[in-house]
Amino acid sequence: MKKKIKIKINGKLNIIDDKIKLSVLIQNLKVPLKKVAIELNKEIMDKKKLNKIYLKKDDKIEIVHFIGGG
Amino acid sequence: MRECAKAIKLSGADIVTVAVRRVNITDKKKPLLMDFIDPKKITYLPNTAGCFNSDEALRTLRLAREIGGWKLVKLEVLGDKKNLFPEMIETLKSTEILTREGFKVMVYCNDDPLMAKRLENVGAAAIMPLAAPIGSGLGIQNKVNIGIIRNQTRLPLIIDAGLGQASDATIAMELGCDGVLVNTAIAKAKKPFEMAEAFKNAVVAGRQSFLSGRIEKKLLGSASSPRKGII
Repeated sequence: MKKKIKIKINGKLNIIDDKIKLSVLIQNLKVPLKKVAIELNKEIMDKKKLNKIYLKKDDKIEIVHFIGGG
Repeated sequence: MRECAKAIKLSGADIVTVAVRRVNITDKKKPLLMDFIDPKKITYLPNTAGCFNSDEALRTLRLAREIGGWKLVKLEVLGDKKNLFPEMIETLKSTEILTREGFKVMVYCNDDPLMAKRLENVGAAAIMPLAAPIGSGLGIQNKVNIGIIRNQTRLPLIIDAGLGQASDATIAMELGCDGVLVNTAIAKAKKPFEMAEAFKNAVVAGRQSFLSGRIEKKLLGSASSPRKGII
């Protein structure tokens, strides 16, 4: 059985397979990459380099977009 | 969101402020703002509404830049939860940092001419003083200060927050402002679409009035009909 790790996505606990790339996670979540920004442990990620990052235990990911509001 | 897009169209607005918030990853069917308001047709102005210190504001705007590559942003650092007044020390500090990072920063600020000058000195792209507390609908409380700020700066001057009805926008424009930023006065009006249109007309009227050069104020009456030929 594959090893699992716990991470947080937008404040919610998620259990995912170990050794998963950030790009794969985003793909699985079906998030429109062009319309969002991604932060990993408070560091803004270059969207072109998501396939170089492997997720680790206790990573905190924020995926944000624009909503109306002034 | 459809209603919001319609009101924006009726108001003739060129810019719409947007907030940076978490994507709902469990309900992907939720519509996105960009599906209703085309960022190619209207300028999205990412803003830091809800931030209470410089760090939060900087984090928000850096993320905003990553979403769409925008450099033009609205900075709003609040210091007071009750009246939503801007925290000007943090605002000044953030304006300086963001400008250095290449952002063009439109700054929500107090109607204080000295602070407006300091913001200009650290590189603000636009000065956006409040008319009155956000959402209060009180209209411009300190016309003298807005007038002084107008006379001291060539930067775009936009009234941000506190307007309550269309005539408030006319007053702002007659003071020489370059625009107004309105949400609550339209969104919470009984008839938002009609109010959006009223604001558009009010802005146009105020601008024309400003450019037309108003008459001098006098304390004495002066008749507009000639005395000659009186019966």
